[in-house]
Amino acid sequence: MADRSLAPDTPELRERWGGFAFTEANKAHADKVIARYPDGRQKSAVMPLLDLAQRQVGAETDTQGWLPLPVIEYVAAYLDVPVIRVLEVATFYFMYNLRPVGKYHVQVCGTTPCMLRGSDAIMEACKARGMKKGAVSEDGLWTLTEVECMGSCATAPMVQINDGNYEDLTPERLDAVLDALAAGKDPKEGTQEPGRHTSEPSGGPTTLKEMVSENHDYRSQW
Amino acid sequence: MPKVTVDGQEIEVPNGATVLQACELAGKEIPRFCYHERLSIAGNCRMCLVEVKPGPPKPQASCALPATDGQEIRTDTDMVKTAREGVMEFLLINHPLDCPICDQGGECDLQDQSMMYGRGATRYEENKRAVTEKYMGPLIKTIMTRCIHCTRCVRFSEEIAGVDEIGAIYRGEDMQITTYLEQAASHELSANVIDLCPVGALTSRPYAFEARPWELKKTWSIDVSDAVGANIRLDSRGREVMRALPRINDAVNEEWLSDKGRYQVDGLSRRRLDKVYIRKDGKLVPAEWNEAFAAIAAANPKGSIAAVAGDLVDCETMFAAKALLGALGSDHLEGRQTGLDYDCSNLAAVNFNSTFEGIENADAILIVGSQVRWEAALVNVRLRKAAKRGAKIFVVGPQWDTTYPATFLGEDAAVLHDLPQAITEAFSKAERPAVIVGGGGLAKGALHPALAFAEQFNLVREGWNGFNVLHMAASRMGGLMLGYAQKGGIGNIAKAKPNVLISLGADELDYGAFADSLKVYIGHHGDAGAHAADIILPGASYAEKDGTYVNTEGRVQFAEKAVFAPGDAREDWTILRAMADALDVSVGFDSFAELQSAMIAAVPALGEEGLADFGQLPNADASIRASGAISYPIADFYMTNVVARASATMQRCSSELLHHDDLKEAAE
Repeated sequence: MADRSLAPDTPELRERWGGFAFTEANKAHADKVIARYPDGRQKSAVMPLLDLAQRQVGAETDTQGWLPLPVIEYVAAYLDVPVIRVLEVATFYFMYNLRPVGKYHVQVCGTTPCMLRGSDAIMEACKARGMKKGAVSEDGLWTLTEVECMGSCATAPMVQINDGNYEDLTPERLDAVLDALAAGKDPKEGTQEPGRHTSEPSGGPTTLKEMVSENHDYRSQW
Repeated sequence: MPKVTVDGQEIEVPNGATVLQACELAGKEIPRFCYHERLSIAGNCRMCLVEVKPGPPKPQASCALPATDGQEIRTDTDMVKTAREGVMEFLLINHPLDCPICDQGGECDLQDQSMMYGRGATRYEENKRAVTEKYMGPLIKTIMTRCIHCTRCVRFSEEIAGVDEIGAIYRGEDMQITTYLEQAASHELSANVIDLCPVGALTSRPYAFEARPWELKKTWSIDVSDAVGANIRLDSRGREVMRALPRINDAVNEEWLSDKGRYQVDGLSRRRLDKVYIRKDGKLVPAEWNEAFAAIAAANPKGSIAAVAGDLVDCETMFAAKALLGALGSDHLEGRQTGLDYDCSNLAAVNFNSTFEGIENADAILIVGSQVRWEAALVNVRLRKAAKRGAKIFVVGPQWDTTYPATFLGEDAAVLHDLPQAITEAFSKAERPAVIVGGGGLAKGALHPALAFAEQFNLVREGWNGFNVLHMAASRMGGLMLGYAQKGGIGNIAKAKPNVLISLGADELDYGAFADSLKVYIGHHGDAGAHAADIILPGASYAEKDGTYVNTEGRVQFAEKAVFAPGDAREDWTILRAMADALDVSVGFDSFAELQSAMIAAVPALGEEGLADFGQLPNADASIRASGAISYPIADFYMTNVVARASATMQRCSSELLHHDDLKEAAE
């Protein structure tokens, strides 16, 4: 786990975020989420609401968003839950940013399969573009984080940028993705390997080959 | 009732028991850090591993494993020992080796268990984790590097205290126990987490670096900070009480203690009266005992003497004063200093009849004029348990922050004569309904209306008595049993204009009403009573004398003497005995044992530890009406008695937690 700590509770932070409240649309969505849970169990909605709040903060600051303390307090009050319980959740899950991030939050997976497939080079490529771990780049576009396994081992190495996964990366492919993002374009998510669709075996199927084009009954071969 | 085999011994265990409990029943000791009988099961320390068949071929955490029929449990195999040693090694990886400077040393679970399961030396060569200290208020000192993440403190504040303020933030190795933004833990039971902490992460701040547990003399005593009568252990060294810890008594305090009961003890060595004083020309000047007694005799006390008992005195002192007054031909006895004059002709009507253990089972509770959190913090814990079991709780009186869902019915006590429908509905359906009348209610005449309420909803039924009065003074029930209650209350005594007023540590009394009396203060702290007195006779505090106390449920309990009173101070009964000689009357006892037997002869219930029987509830007097806005008598939880007011710790709690003054740190 990378270093995580809460942004300090300063008067500036209070002033900037003290008046945080859900927008009408988000409020409607929040209430819909809360209504999914039985009476008296509304606090179960804490995770979707924190995510919603983070996205709203992101929309307001044109970044991926983060959770300032007053926003965490707002969510606690919204759900009528002691704030320490919400803080526990917000600090536990890595997807909640506790400090401001850039427009694109580049999360490089460095766990064993990705590392074996070259995540070190991916990390270097990020750093070469001026990103620093845990910090927002000078142009406000990038925040680099090294994370543990994102469950995309079959298409390692990978990075997650905001809500999209970019897989089968090489430094060149990553650069292409980042260039496209920086230019305001919408690069293709998922595997970047030409000819590969999702996480099927690289270089074509090795088993169940007859199933590629049409359904095949293997039962006679059992 | 599942039958299990523990180390070859077959035993039957209650339904729903865990494997750990089964092992305990079989007499096997299971090491544990996170498991605690009174908290929910967390299962995160992994120290309680045992081998269980049938099951996976690996050690199992016994605290979280239900005992089922036919289980074969082994606690003594090599696998179990190796597994526990492994767990211990992991726990010690990040635990600092600072036992020599740790206040928990000598009473530390981790230290004790590492004697059994620890390796001689570490194999860990990397850096240890270090965690910054977290501020948790004036009572709890934290050294969070020592924390082993058992989460007992988190579970206590959430489940028992009902105040969610401690939490575990971050995750994995980075997990940290803290309050939100390191705000002070500010409820009345916060310091219990110190006892719960199995290591030295949460220790007592006022007691930091004061003493080692093995240096202390342990004395069984009773807490006098409220009328709950929590069982405590006073740890003393030399002449000083170093700390108070709760003793386990499931019927009274379980194993908790309010912060006031725990931390007022440093007040026992401050502002003490240790000399005789006589007021001469408006100024109190030191004097001799003989002078003082002569001055009292000169005031002509025969037939014109009154005694007012303070909130902290024991039954023996009150009985000795009663005997003295009896010998002088007076029965002007009163204990309700603030002027309450409720009807005490039947003690069952002023007793907590449900008992603390019983009130947990109530399913509808009406609280009339009691801020239970401050007036009896440990009873509030029971009420919370009742609420968790589904009890509906209603409160008459100003709003306060309950730790459970409660409906407030307004401040006016007259609501008892005009019950809202919600109450009548809840109480007519309830199987074990209860009413609790507090001091605020008694002051507005709510006693008889509450008795009428009890009759209306049949609060006394087979195996259940739901009528309760919640007192606030440790001496109250004992005083009432000894007759320290006048018809008309303290006002009646003031009207009689006694020549001599003996004040047994009465500091809440309005001495202005006794301007013409010679005011003799027998007490231990220089507080309001001593300021108003004409003669001060230094007495002993609850830690400095043997004594009997009766708590608000009528439970007779005996406290032992832990230390000697300072200076010239004497045990109160000896002062009264000497005064009898000076006044040339006989009180009929020459020793504490004789005093006790005379007291027991007069009030047999005081001779038997346990619940006193006060018989049937009286009939309600329908002509007495409750009216007026209720106000709670306690304005400051930490400042309710002389010992607490003298205590630096309680003063700091009061200013920091209740008045939110800035932290006053000594310059270093």
